[in-house]
Amino acid sequence: MLQLVLFNLTNGLIVGTFYVLMALGLSLIINLSNVVNFAHGNFLAIGGYLAFVLTPFIGFWGALLVSPFLTAILGFLVEKALIRHVYTRNHIYSLLLTFGLGFILQDLCRYIWGPSPLPLNIPEAMSAAVTPDLFFITWYRVFMVVVVVIAVAALFAFLRFTRVGMRIRAGTLDLETVAALGVNVSALRSYNFAVGSFLAGLAGVLAAGQLGLNPNMGDDLIMPSFIAIIVGGVGSLTGTLLGGLLIGVAAALTTVFYPSASEAVIYIIMALVLLLRPRGLLGEEGMLS
Amino acid sequence: MSTVTTRADATVVRPWQQLVIIWALLLTVPLWLPFLGGYTAIAARVLVMALAAMGFNMLLGFTGVLSFGHAAYFGLGAYGAGLTLKYVAHSTPLAMLLGTLLGGIAGTLFGLLLVRRRGVYFAMVTIAFGQVCFYIAYRWDDFTGGYDGLRGFVRSALDFGLFKIDIQNNGTLFYYFVLFVFGLAVGLQALILKSPFGRTMLAIRENERRARFLGLPVEKHIWLSFSISCFFTALAGTLYALLNNFADPLGLNYVMSGNIVMITVMGGMRTFWGPLLGAVLFVMLQDYVSSMTTNWMSFVGLVFVLVVLFFPRGLMGMLQRRNG
Repeated sequence: MLQLVLFNLTNGLIVGTFYVLMALGLSLIINLSNVVNFAHGNFLAIGGYLAFVLTPFIGFWGALLVSPFLTAILGFLVEKALIRHVYTRNHIYSLLLTFGLGFILQDLCRYIWGPSPLPLNIPEAMSAAVTPDLFFITWYRVFMVVVVVIAVAALFAFLRFTRVGMRIRAGTLDLETVAALGVNVSALRSYNFAVGSFLAGLAGVLAAGQLGLNPNMGDDLIMPSFIAIIVGGVGSLTGTLLGGLLIGVAAALTTVFYPSASEAVIYIIMALVLLLRPRGLLGEEGMLS
Repeated sequence: MSTVTTRADATVVRPWQQLVIIWALLLTVPLWLPFLGGYTAIAARVLVMALAAMGFNMLLGFTGVLSFGHAAYFGLGAYGAGLTLKYVAHSTPLAMLLGTLLGGIAGTLFGLLLVRRRGVYFAMVTIAFGQVCFYIAYRWDDFTGGYDGLRGFVRSALDFGLFKIDIQNNGTLFYYFVLFVFGLAVGLQALILKSPFGRTMLAIRENERRARFLGLPVEKHIWLSFSISCFFTALAGTLYALLNNFADPLGLNYVMSGNIVMITVMGGMRTFWGPLLGAVLFVMLQDYVSSMTTNWMSFVGLVFVLVVLFFPRGLMGMLQRRNG
């Protein structure tokens, strides 16, 4: 029993870290641009597929480094070409636009790489278990968690200590004032979108190594990411981080006791949070309304 | 307030010609559709999607609040009707009543949690609630049929004692039945929009802060509007189940919500009849593209992107602007 609980707990943490990477990217874009990027899961898939293409040439490690940057460039271009046209319009247009974009990207992956799942080869040593007792904890899983921790730490450092990062944070709070101070808000939003896409691409490479690739691999991750954001509190990245881990672990632990409710439990958590603390766990007053 | 009323007049009290043309076309569908290569079932599907989108548009177009999860109420209506026919009684009216109540009441309850949120956050929470219903239908195999959907029920003929209307086997009669329900529902919608309550919805859409300063209970009105639109969308869902004799879990999925939003926007979300036009286009496109290519997703996606970038006012909105 302990083994089973432990197994699911680690699973939950790992799934939770994916939610966190996805949700942080989404959250960044929502906070600064007020756009819910429905295509975020498709950026994740593209990150994974790019790694699949790159691995034969530069190996897994190279792909892990390069693929997120390529995804970020794609995100940057998509923002420049499409998303920026809807910032000043009703929210419905940004939702429909990214929704349609997600369809196109998913079909594109299916067209190029085929509808059937593909494996992403990870280095041999990574798939071995850390200790024989806990067979389910492979080095790759440990590695994934470490990478996510580094990425999240780097993101928070970027937002705190760099000029662009500070402007992004300032823009989240009061975009008009930031624009009035002479910051090029349009470029800021493009960079911000690129950072969000980078996180999606990184999540895609990591997920592909664990679960393999398929064109709709992002679909299962996007809803929990929304919920991580709502639970954590819109406007707070720390909240998103907490929300992602919380629902990941909660879903995994439910799997031990009542498997068919494992998806339902994250929605129950969301409903409870909305009832008892409408602004989310760490959300600021007024951000969610 | 004057701008609000004039705009309301332009959309709610529409020219008589428009009304006559629309109803003349709808009433004669079985006569002319076969010549264009269509079939009556697809016309019924257009009406069902139009009703769902027009119900949704009460919220989006006339209250200015964005839900991206109306598939939930559509799907709950469909499952409610299907489950009634399968387990309770072989009666079409009862199935429609219970299905509409299921979807409408679920929406009303969710609405309580929603009303204080706005904009993208409102949309996100509605999406998430929609997915709850999807997962329940998907996971509860023995009751809902899970992934395969709910099968094993057929709509019943309408029995009035003295005479019987066989909508069960006669597709044309069923089309007229759907048209009858559609007519009643949109008539009711027009009445609601003309009532003082409807005017208040428009006021909230035009300027929420001002409406609040005037002392209007904005939250309560948004909640009511959300609830009303859920009842109409659920009613459309029950007709969808009757049309196909099947309730599909994908009818609850957020992709379906996206379709409902798209139909509304494509037709013209600030206009009363826009969603009907949008449904005609959308159903035709879906039918045509899915018969032509397996890459239908890119086509639908491309239509979404093009409509957003180049035709944000929708067809009806463009026509009205040209006239006015």
